[in-house]
Amino acid sequence: MAKRASDVEKLVRSEYRHGFVTDIEADTVPPGLNEDVIRLISAKKAEPEFMREWRLKAYRRWITMQEPHWAHVQHSPIDYQAISYYSAPKTQPQEDGPKSLKDVDPKLLETYEKLGVPLHERAKLAGVAVDAVFDSVSVATTFRKKLADVGIIFCSFSYAVQNHPQLVEQYLGSVVPYSDNFFASLNSAVFSDGSFVFVPKGVRCPMELSTYFRMNAANTGQFERTLIIAEEGAYVSYLEGCTAPMRDKNQLHAAVVELIALEGAHIKYSTVQNWYPGDANGQGGIYNFVTKRGDCRGANSHIAWTQVETGSAITWKYPSVLLRGDNSIGEFYSVAVTNNFQQADTGTKMVHIGKNTRSTIVSKGISAGRSQNSYRGLVKVVGAAENARNYTQCDALLLSNQCGAHTFPYMEVKNPTAKVEHEATTSKIDDDQLFYCRSRGISAEDAVNMVVSGFCKDVFKELPMEFAVEAQGLLAVSLEGAVG
Amino acid sequence: MLSIKNLHANVADKEILKGINLDVKAGEIHAVMGPNGSGKSTLANILAGRDGYTVTQGSVSYQGQDLLAMDPETRACAGVFLALQYPVEIPGVNNVYFLKAAYNAIRKHRGEEQVDAVKFLGLVKDKMKLVDIDTAFLNRAVNEGFSGGEKKRNEILQMLVLEPRLALLDETDSGLDIDALKVVAKGINALRSPERAMVLVTHYQRLLDYVVPDCVHVLAAGRIAKSGDKSLAAELEQRGYDWVTAGASA
Ligand SMILES: Nc1ncnc2c1ncn2[C@@H]1O[C@H](COP(=O)(O)OP(=O)(O)OP(=O)(O)O)[C@@H](O)[C@H]1O
Ligand SMILES: [Mg+2]
Repeated sequence: MAKRASDVEKLVRSEYRHGFVTDIEADTVPPGLNEDVIRLISAKKAEPEFMREWRLKAYRRWITMQEPHWAHVQHSPIDYQAISYYSAPKTQPQEDGPKSLKDVDPKLLETYEKLGVPLHERAKLAGVAVDAVFDSVSVATTFRKKLADVGIIFCSFSYAVQNHPQLVEQYLGSVVPYSDNFFASLNSAVFSDGSFVFVPKGVRCPMELSTYFRMNAANTGQFERTLIIAEEGAYVSYLEGCTAPMRDKNQLHAAVVELIALEGAHIKYSTVQNWYPGDANGQGGIYNFVTKRGDCRGANSHIAWTQVETGSAITWKYPSVLLRGDNSIGEFYSVAVTNNFQQADTGTKMVHIGKNTRSTIVSKGISAGRSQNSYRGLVKVVGAAENARNYTQCDALLLSNQCGAHTFPYMEVKNPTAKVEHEATTSKIDDDQLFYCRSRGISAEDAVNMVVSGFCKDVFKELPMEFAVEAQGLLAVSLEGAVG
Repeated sequence: MLSIKNLHANVADKEILKGINLDVKAGEIHAVMGPNGSGKSTLANILAGRDGYTVTQGSVSYQGQDLLAMDPETRACAGVFLALQYPVEIPGVNNVYFLKAAYNAIRKHRGEEQVDAVKFLGLVKDKMKLVDIDTAFLNRAVNEGFSGGEKKRNEILQMLVLEPRLALLDETDSGLDIDALKVVAKGINALRSPERAMVLVTHYQRLLDYVVPDCVHVLAAGRIAKSGDKSLAAELEQRGYDWVTAGASA
């Protein structure tokens, strides 16, 4: 057995493929955070007063808060005064983003081409509308016109603040208040851009919507804010993808995503997260501290989170669903892969409030190298939530002897009619399965990928087609050399 | 094609194979019989390159190459195939996807073009008719939830698709109903050719009624205790192993 183990070890040593830096002049605010910096960011974005005041309230709250340390991760202290809170490519028109792709700096377009996210509307990703965020600003939103024809608003957050302020004011912070937690408050104070989606009553969004986040500038944080509103009976499927250049210092990413589903609405939110994880010795990489929450506000509404997390040095992320409407449904499907010195503490919260609410949690954790992979989940059923149902399945797969997998399931059930089921397994990758593949001619590396993909099948099948393929590819990259 | 010389091997520090000598020429079919625990699967697994065995002495040459020095996948690409006594389930991995990956891996090794999904499906469906497997099995996970007999048929299907030069079948005939046994025999006979060799590990004469072997060997206590032609199998069926093994374990 020892022999095969070392074979597999070789397989995991892989290089991060998106680690290039775009050489572009940037307008970067000097490091540090105070009320003036916040006023400056707000002014640069020509924001209305309500927005600036909201940011300041969040900042005043944030300075009273402590960085949380309950997650199963370790990192050296983050110096929040050493981070620059705003960086934008200089060529980018500042006011309300480029009017069309012609206004976008060719270097930026090239960056996205390299990442496999061509912004030209007729290119490969036909049928997928893309909002590309480069450091702090949104570079381009494709298909905006076509979506507008059916009443859908898909634009950068800054554009929405200026052009649809009443919607922003009505919904922003209604799921994740500015006081929610340390990182959410920080984000609320300094968020720079992100995506905004509004799907009106009865409209089924005709294409996948997608945002692509790219962190380019050094020593900046990325604090994007995403807000998705699906009115009564609306449907939207949204995908978020992320990469960053390789840098030997850690970079902070603290995003907030809010989803609101009104009566009968359905939101599918999928993430393929591939931030730079740091090198094989644990140097550098992104700290990914994210607050994602969906609110099933209306009866019969449905929110599903699907995530494939292969990147970041540290991931701290618990996409949650508040099941407020009667008969509403919350789902969470997750694959989290950690290798080398990566640490992931991820999971979900399902809060059952309405009657006959249902939630499903499927979590697949894959650990390799010396990484630590934790699942942390909360299923909460309040007293008034009659007939709540939850099914949780948590599986951990270990590819080495030095990695760790941890499961922290929490349950708070206040209504006796609730049925909450939890199943958990932890296993080492099966030598017999690997041998079986290899005995048929499949290389050791492909055998690992095949077995791991099989293990993740229940999650991959929830991803939109195009991205399922991409996710499988990412998995292969992040596991190169992973078994031992 | 295959030449095993004085092969000794340990499992968990216990000597299981105690000097195996066996020569198999192209075009031949050899049956290996013997009591439970005598080391038949150990031998087959070592030939396929499975971990967990330590070869302490001896050598195996396959088509002039040192077989024991090769990775399992290299052996497979060089034409060695093992139908496992206990085929492995791989949850979440589609059966036809698995088979296509194997097929293309072997083609790649030979410098041949990759075959696309459509073409491959056509090829597999033809082979499936031969072993009488419903096409529904293609889209199930590899061996997951297959009955014992279905798993064995699936091994034969893989063998027919991959067309090995040296096929090692470890009790592929065990646990089969009479129809399935005929199907497995049909699969084996379909592959029988002057360039190919097969080693059938079996407990029963009944398979050998359909697949006539050139040689029959009795493996007992880690050694080949007796070799003969097909009549040896019939004799074993009649008399059991005692008369052969009495001398071997001494
Ligand atoms: N991992 C292991 N640890 C300890 N002993 C083992 C291990 N694997 C095999 N053995 C032992 O090696 C011996 C030979 O086993 P093997 O499976 O080769 O027998 P076999 O001839 O194929 O038997 P059968 O006819 O029952 O299939 C047995 O005594 C078995 O218990
Ligand atoms: Mg056996």
